[in-house]
Amino acid sequence: MVEQALKLKQAETLPDAGGHFGVFGGRFVSETLMPALEELDEAWRFYLKDPDFLAELDRDLAHFVGRPSPLYLAENLTRQVGGARIVLKREDLNHTGAHKVNNTVGQGLLARAMGKRRVIAETGAGQHGVASATIAARLGMECVVYMGAEDVRRQSINVYRMKLLGAKVVAVESGSRTLKDALNEAMRDWVTNVDDTFYILGTVAGPHPYPAMVRDFNAVVGREARAQMLTEYGRLPDALVACVGGGSNAIGLFHPFIEDTDVAMYGVEAAGRGLSGLEHAASLCAGRVGVLHGSRTYLLDDDSGQIRHTHSVSAGLDYPGVGPEHAWLKDSGRARYVGISDAEAMKAFHALTRNEGIMPALESAHAIAYGLKLAAELPKDQIVLVNLSGRGDKDINTVAEVEGIEF
Amino acid sequence: MNRIDRRFAELKRAGRVALVPYVTAGHPQPQSTVAVLHSAVGAGADLVELGMPFSDVMADGPVIQNAHERALAQGTGLQQVLDMVREFRRQDADTPVILMGYANPIERRGAARFAAEAAEAGVDGLLIVDCPADEADELKEQLQAQGIHQIFLVAPTTTERRLDHAARLAGGFVYYVSIKGVTGAASLDVDALAPMIEKVRGHIDLPVAVGFGIREPAQAAAVAAVADAVVIGSALVDRLDRCDSTEEAVAVTRDFLAPVRDAMDNSVPIQAEQTVRTT
Repeated sequence: MVEQALKLKQAETLPDAGGHFGVFGGRFVSETLMPALEELDEAWRFYLKDPDFLAELDRDLAHFVGRPSPLYLAENLTRQVGGARIVLKREDLNHTGAHKVNNTVGQGLLARAMGKRRVIAETGAGQHGVASATIAARLGMECVVYMGAEDVRRQSINVYRMKLLGAKVVAVESGSRTLKDALNEAMRDWVTNVDDTFYILGTVAGPHPYPAMVRDFNAVVGREARAQMLTEYGRLPDALVACVGGGSNAIGLFHPFIEDTDVAMYGVEAAGRGLSGLEHAASLCAGRVGVLHGSRTYLLDDDSGQIRHTHSVSAGLDYPGVGPEHAWLKDSGRARYVGISDAEAMKAFHALTRNEGIMPALESAHAIAYGLKLAAELPKDQIVLVNLSGRGDKDINTVAEVEGIEF
Repeated sequence: MNRIDRRFAELKRAGRVALVPYVTAGHPQPQSTVAVLHSAVGAGADLVELGMPFSDVMADGPVIQNAHERALAQGTGLQQVLDMVREFRRQDADTPVILMGYANPIERRGAARFAAEAAEAGVDGLLIVDCPADEADELKEQLQAQGIHQIFLVAPTTTERRLDHAARLAGGFVYYVSIKGVTGAASLDVDALAPMIEKVRGHIDLPVAVGFGIREPAQAAAVAAVADAVVIGSALVDRLDRCDSTEEAVAVTRDFLAPVRDAMDNSVPIQAEQTVRTT
């Protein structure tokens, strides 16, 4: 117990100066990127303690994003499930419709403070691309978003949204034409244009300082939720549930609760068509430790170390790696990681839509699905807090396609 | 003695600058790679760099990325790369072979096993693009045990502190990335090169190879005037991409590299001459 407590205490100070969470994380990038990462690390550490920067960030989070986002007690679903109370953290109500904007507002302000005129981003579902294009429009910066060609097809509404916001969307045709390839392409752009360009990475993956920096910008979700629970329910929740692709909404919710050892944490990965096959994106549940996109973490690869194509009905979870802090939380035993299949997520999408009048993003529907399962197993006096990380408007075409509906 | 050290010592005595071509193993066809390496040596290559195919070549441009994808599609993984080196060694016991690639395939194989197998196959140096000195300690130990040099990239933006760090781990030579960007991007600025190479030499006591952005004989000659080695990758890989047979790939390699060699030999190798005079 003492050892566990020490370990968790240590979590507050992780990562180390080189970006390591235990054996995970670090900076596995070409030397050409190292000075840029060091410059970013230095700037982030400085502005994180700069009262003027933090005041502006708070102001933007309040008046531009619309924070705090409320907690919502899902009474109908709670009644149906007959177990623990299900409470949702409504990140879907943020400006641009997901938690992603918490990070892009932070990184956008940082980019401006560092004197960069151009921002680039990678995107899977398009939420991070939209959130990046949004902050770029507001700050008057040039914005280029890299998106896998397959995702461009799946998320055409978000592509149009980004274009309306003035961003240039580049469809990436290499590899599996999804998020991982978009990330590769964004890195290539950054290494070429590092002098005037800021790379707004959208998740807690990538080389240091991104996993720690993106966590810090998203931790507002957990800080708010923790305070709201104490104010509105007089207690902390018994369990936290959040979906994990790269893992930014989950880390954002989890991190402020790490030392609250009575609060269980569940990260929900995309089990796609089943964890026993190859058509999933569950790197923590079914992967092994390797090096991808600048950090050592759990990932999905074949026996010769080639990164595998992944599958999920939700583009935002369709990623073969995961943030290194999640890898650390898994190995330390502080968080548990589970899989939810495409079919289960679809069912949860409908359940929340029909019973509560809230249409979740397909990513978030994975968390809802596990939250319902978990709540059913727990007694009525317990509370399961599920991060509703985004809204489902962007997924309407996908849902219709899966269900064979033509407009 | 490691073949890389021996080769650079020979070159220094001869006052010559090394020509180091890069090809991706298994590209354009797996059966052509060993023949292409021999052809490169025949055309004047002093060391050869062999790319280990990887699915996510973050630091490479479209030409080499395409070569990796084609090689992977034809089944060239780490095992096949080592087999190719073994086959190359049957006919060439002297030319140093440097493997260049990304960390995950080696991570999957295990650093100790990889180092032992690579040494046995006849590999002399390893350059892991996404493993800067900061993350290299564990791999370094395994490679050292097998007599394989770990080669590091340094860039125009590399700080003096980082140069010193690389100096502690690096062996064989140091690879100076001459431009900001990915492989095969914009052409390099030769004038800016000389002072940068001097800066690198001030921190790392190893031969300096220059690569990224060298496409043609004249550029190679200009670089040869200030560097110890000239690396040519994308320009060769781009030509190989259009070859449908081993014979064609062998001819293209020879026809591309021979004029580069000539141009380098006819340039004034300032550093080498100075070295010759002072020793």
